[in-house]
Amino acid sequence: MRVIVGTDIASIPIAIIIALVIGGVLIALSGVNPFEAYGALLQGAFGTPQHLADTLIEATPLALIGVGIALCFRAGVFNVGAEGQFLLGGMAAAITGNLLSTAPAIATLLAMAIAAVLAGAAWAAIAALLKVYLGASETLTTIMLTYVATYLVSYLLNGPARDPATPIAQTQPLTTSGLLPGLWPGTTLHVGIVIALIVAVAAHYFLRRRVGGFQIVATGLNPVAARSAGLPVRRILISVFLTSGALAGLAGFIQVSGVQGKMIVNLSPGYGYTAIVVALLGRSTPLGAFLAALFFGALSAGGASMETSVGVPASVVTIVQYLTVLLVIAYTAARTLRRPSRVADEEE
Amino acid sequence: MDIFNWIVSAQGEGFFSATMRLAVPLLLAAVGAIYAERSGAINVGIEGMMLSSALSAALVAADTGSPTLGLLAGVVTGIAVAALLAVFTVLLPADPVVVGIALNLLAVGGTTFVFRIFSNQVGTTTTTPGIDAEPIPLLESIPILGPLLFDQSYLVYIALIGVVITWVVLKFTSWGLLLRAAGEHPAAADSLGLSVNRTRFVALLVSGAFAGLGGAFLSLVASTQFVENMTAGRGYIAMAILILGHRSPWGVLLASLLFGLGDAFQLRAQLDNTGVPFQFLLMIPYVLTIVTLAVFGRRLIDPAALGTHFRRGHR
Amino acid sequence: MAISPLEPARAAPGSTTGPILQMDKSTVRFGEVVANDRVSFDLAPGEIHALLGENGAGKTTLMRVLAGLIQPDEGQVFVRGEARSFESVADSVAAGIGMVHQHFMLVPTLTVAENVSLGLRSAGRLFPNTARVGRELRALADKHGLSLDPSARVSDLSIGQQQRVEIVKALYRGATILILDEPTAVLTPGETDSLLAMLRSLTEQGTSVVFISHKLREIRAVADRVTVLRHGQTVGTWALDSVADAELTSAMIGRDAAPTVSSRLAPTTSVAPVPRLAVERVGARDRRGHAVLDSVSLSVAPGEILGIAGVDGNGQTELAEILSGVRRPSAGEVRLDGANITAATVAERIGHGLAHVPEDRQRTGLILDLSIAENLAMETVGTAMFSRRGSLNRAAVRAHAEDIISRFDIRCSGPDQRVRDLSGGNQQKVLIARAVSRAPSALVVSQPTRGVDLGAVENIHRQILDLAAQGCAVILISTELDEILALSDRIAVLYSGTIISTYDRATVDLGTLGMNMTGQSV
Repeated sequence: MRVIVGTDIASIPIAIIIALVIGGVLIALSGVNPFEAYGALLQGAFGTPQHLADTLIEATPLALIGVGIALCFRAGVFNVGAEGQFLLGGMAAAITGNLLSTAPAIATLLAMAIAAVLAGAAWAAIAALLKVYLGASETLTTIMLTYVATYLVSYLLNGPARDPATPIAQTQPLTTSGLLPGLWPGTTLHVGIVIALIVAVAAHYFLRRRVGGFQIVATGLNPVAARSAGLPVRRILISVFLTSGALAGLAGFIQVSGVQGKMIVNLSPGYGYTAIVVALLGRSTPLGAFLAALFFGALSAGGASMETSVGVPASVVTIVQYLTVLLVIAYTAARTLRRPSRVADEEE
Repeated sequence: MDIFNWIVSAQGEGFFSATMRLAVPLLLAAVGAIYAERSGAINVGIEGMMLSSALSAALVAADTGSPTLGLLAGVVTGIAVAALLAVFTVLLPADPVVVGIALNLLAVGGTTFVFRIFSNQVGTTTTTPGIDAEPIPLLESIPILGPLLFDQSYLVYIALIGVVITWVVLKFTSWGLLLRAAGEHPAAADSLGLSVNRTRFVALLVSGAFAGLGGAFLSLVASTQFVENMTAGRGYIAMAILILGHRSPWGVLLASLLFGLGDAFQLRAQLDNTGVPFQFLLMIPYVLTIVTLAVFGRRLIDPAALGTHFRRGHR
Repeated sequence: MAISPLEPARAAPGSTTGPILQMDKSTVRFGEVVANDRVSFDLAPGEIHALLGENGAGKTTLMRVLAGLIQPDEGQVFVRGEARSFESVADSVAAGIGMVHQHFMLVPTLTVAENVSLGLRSAGRLFPNTARVGRELRALADKHGLSLDPSARVSDLSIGQQQRVEIVKALYRGATILILDEPTAVLTPGETDSLLAMLRSLTEQGTSVVFISHKLREIRAVADRVTVLRHGQTVGTWALDSVADAELTSAMIGRDAAPTVSSRLAPTTSVAPVPRLAVERVGARDRRGHAVLDSVSLSVAPGEILGIAGVDGNGQTELAEILSGVRRPSAGEVRLDGANITAATVAERIGHGLAHVPEDRQRTGLILDLSIAENLAMETVGTAMFSRRGSLNRAAVRAHAEDIISRFDIRCSGPDQRVRDLSGGNQQKVLIARAVSRAPSALVVSQPTRGVDLGAVENIHRQILDLAAQGCAVILISTELDEILALSDRIAVLYSGTIISTYDRATVDLGTLGMNMTGQSV
């Protein structure tokens, strides 16, 4: 893949500012004073302890999924289907939680997490195996698999997994043993953000210090040369894809166990997709993705609050997010183009 | 014979008519993508182009009362989004898959925003003036072919003419030669003083225009309203159709009809109350796409320079 | 050194007797690098003028200026005495210049006539009349005594035929000056002879030719005059009948020519009970299912160098891939020290002492965006040498690289330099060093000196010979016949996926080898 890794850091703040200005113009077009709207957004993201907690809660799934997608980018593959892996993870966690409702909390949570990780990884495995053994584009298969996963979840929530006590398509609420412990008394913040931070640091360490991480980076830069040097390229690609699916599944578990307390149809407002731009903005590095997730989390939490208080559609935040990343890509690509060509290339 | 009776029955006619109606947006998008991919440029942004066009077509048609103006708006929107993609991936060396996906996601947010601003509604527009079917006398009563071809809106005929034109352009015109050269051996075209990047840029715009028609078809013909995210992955399915159809106009036509048939079948099955949960029926087009990619993903020989960025003076 | 180059003659404007093409002090810079520094030469009508120089001497840059692909920063080009500046390829073509690039500029999926019609106004602006172009092409080819099928798809033509298409294409587009860039690099000796004959016959009919090459033998066979380039500068121009080879060689490399490679001594262990590395009746198929290797059997003993000669695209790539483990053969076996390793992975083979140097250093050999140190450690990064229980020891990776850099004379700023920023020769040294430094028991090396300068060639050949002297079994796959002859104990010729003949180096004859390379057994 071209121009994914090695984004120029200096371009990021400039891109953010330009994207915010364009967003401001759009807000003005919708008939609202942009300063007022952005004020509401800031307030909604950081204004009170609960708002700050909302930002971190929003950042958690973005960070977990974003780290996984970043690992994929480093290996040269593209997981566009984290959304489906996330939903199935949430589904598996909720079903497991309800089955074990009487077990001790630690066992229940562990079992739910494992079920979610397995579900996410299994869903990603379909695309990974089709890619590695049959050459099917993982970009397209993961998107298609997300649609299938969405319908599968819809079927389960309307059918076998539905809480018989309500007409709504959702599972039974989890008992307290299935709920993630809180982190910040007085707010709804749960321990998910700590898990995400640990995952990001572990992935950072893995890429930098482990043989496996080195092999991922080498494969991503030139899979043909990596294979001819004896690296197990297929195994590497499958492993990063499964890891990415597992992290998306884990995020699904955290969302079910830490936020919703049950599985619902609209578990995700598009975390799996936003996480792609989180990974890109984070320059495909785990720590970068974590920071980008915090930023996007603040935008999302603030955006929701802005919609209710000043009536600007929260989708303007989505626009700002994607614009930021497109601007960074444009800047980085333009720089690559300006680099003078080497004589060695000329004479080959 | 039962099957014959069913084919000529109202049900059968409805089925084949639906097949075409469901196939055409895919066909339009995929035929356009032939230009892009044969020139070496990947268009992953079809989904976003279709979605943006579906919205602009619906808004303009509703505002002016003219579905034809709506259609034009759709085409212009498709071209505009394609131009953005072309700037990133032809003029600049950005990764076409990444940028395409990002544009598609931007289109989801963008259409939602614009839609809410303009319509002050959530979810769907009120009905827009659509393009009606114009049955051709006599021909419309031929079994299968009649409902498939001769009882459709003029946009269907545009799509079919587009297939023929594309075949002629690729096979017989000098631009078609240039297009294929740019996709197979860009340096050869460059060595003759021909601009590879201009060719690819224009090819992407053509692809955007076709995707725009496909998007407009969704909100003006297939249904007469805009629904948030109404493309539902059709832009990606079109890419699989391109592979199944070997990037040839006739192959793409057959592949689109196959997908239309699959979609019509699942709609039919939903109406017939087969006992299969509707969610599983809705999965059919997506599963069909995955199977297509799995079976044909590696068989087909891509244009040699597909997805590479061309820079003068480099090989 | 007694070198007395000719003074370049300047034609009066409009003159018909002066040079048809003249380049005057042309300078091209890429960033800080000067690729062409005040390069001058002139071409007389009907002359074959050779440009001689090593890789990196600036020949290709000069050619690209004449093609209108790049513009010189300083200096001028005169055509028939008039100053012309080529802003585009079209300008160059309009001046009557036709290029035949080393890598052919033909679209393989199009027919010959379609390739010639591409972008050609006179073929029809909207709908090119390829049938008419085809007829005219055939007539033109007949006029020059060449055979050509305008309706054939280019991918179905042999390399020699494709080159003929390139020449006829240039003539059809009105070229009176042909510029050929390393035209013989891809040809068999037989094809080379017919190309040289064709060029001589073209000049008799008024065409002038610039012949870019680094092979003195061919230049001597065909050219009238030669201009030598070194480090982007013109060293001088000589009439070929008044200059000795030694003078030209020393002008090209900037010092007196040393004997390039000492000839090979007889192998030390000529009789080995079991061959070190062998393939038995291996076959391979391409993606379309066509056989690209058919029942190939070869073996090489410890200390022996087996050269595989042949023209590119006759199954060399597949054979190397099967030996290294990148590709599974469709039939047959690979054996290392008698053990069947057909199913072994690349990594397992490396563990068993097999080393491999892939043919294309930039695509299949090195990872250009990693450092020298990382590339050197790539194959063995999981071993105790560089890691402990999966934890990477970056200090060891670096120390290893420092040692290799000094032992193999790799010119770089240090072990952390990106491989992309090295010259072609130094990149190749990194790749060779990675294989050789492991002291492998068997080595498969493909195109070890393609596109590298003479200094690096000597270094690389020395490494391969030393390794064999230490008992390593070497399979050397090369399209450079000189390289095969200089290094090999035995020579096998690969043609169209089969081994057509095998010779001892002592008994081999160049003519026979050349015929075998085109598929003729003797």
